[in-house]
Amino acid sequence: MPLSAYLTLAAVLFAVGFFGVVTRRNTVGILLGIELMLNAVNINLVAFARYNADIVGMLFTSFTIPITVAEVALGLAIVILMFRMKRTAVADHLDILKG
Amino acid sequence: MTLDVVAFWGLAVVVIGSALAVVLTKNLFHSVLWLALSLTGTAGIFLSLDAEFLAAVQLLLYAGGVITIVVFAIVVTERLVGDRLTQVSRRLLTGVILAGALLVALLRFLRGAELPVEQPVIAVDVTRVLGQVLMTEFVLPFELLAVLLLVGLLGALYFARPED
Repeated sequence: MPLSAYLTLAAVLFAVGFFGVVTRRNTVGILLGIELMLNAVNINLVAFARYNADIVGMLFTSFTIPITVAEVALGLAIVILMFRMKRTAVADHLDILKG
Repeated sequence: MTLDVVAFWGLAVVVIGSALAVVLTKNLFHSVLWLALSLTGTAGIFLSLDAEFLAAVQLLLYAGGVITIVVFAIVVTERLVGDRLTQVSRRLLTGVILAGALLVALLRFLRGAELPVEQPVIAVDVTRVLGQVLMTEFVLPFELLAVLLLVGLLGALYFARPED
């Protein structure tokens, strides 16, 4: 397979994730969209590393994956906290920063 | 058609199809399960790129860790609210237009770029080399990652602590 096939796959995946982030109203749903986008980026990183025969590029991905996991854990902790305070998970209702 | 072409297209269909299911399903819980399928398919893509270690990391951390955390969060928040989490999407047309524009921009850029066609041969054992550079050249970022995970753990505990 040419490299462009992998990059196209990642581009489509990124667009789908972006669509999810834009249209979802539930905060957990938005987080899932962000997951898809990060996943697409990881495919890109690994594909470029493989087609340039550069193993250090793959190492970069093994750093981004745990960082993503930490991000999800904290994001969900914030979601649970917002649930406790506001009893809602809909992003539009989380407007306590509004003056 | 050789085997790797068939494998790539099969995996691509699984990954994209389940990704679409993630963003379109009404039930949030089903959404998470589709995400698990999508992430597992991505591990297969990594395998087709000779990154066995990353495929394992993907399965353990993403498909194992992330999905478990999200399911936990959904169970906890459902208990707090007391009704099932259904999610409605809004402004679907705007989303399609924005995502479509993004996709078109990305694909136009890809068409103009000069990209390698063949996978070059890697003579060494990828996993072995990854382990070696992780413990020599990149040991500082590796340790920083450990600190980040600790901070993330403490931060999540702090946020989610019971109210006193």
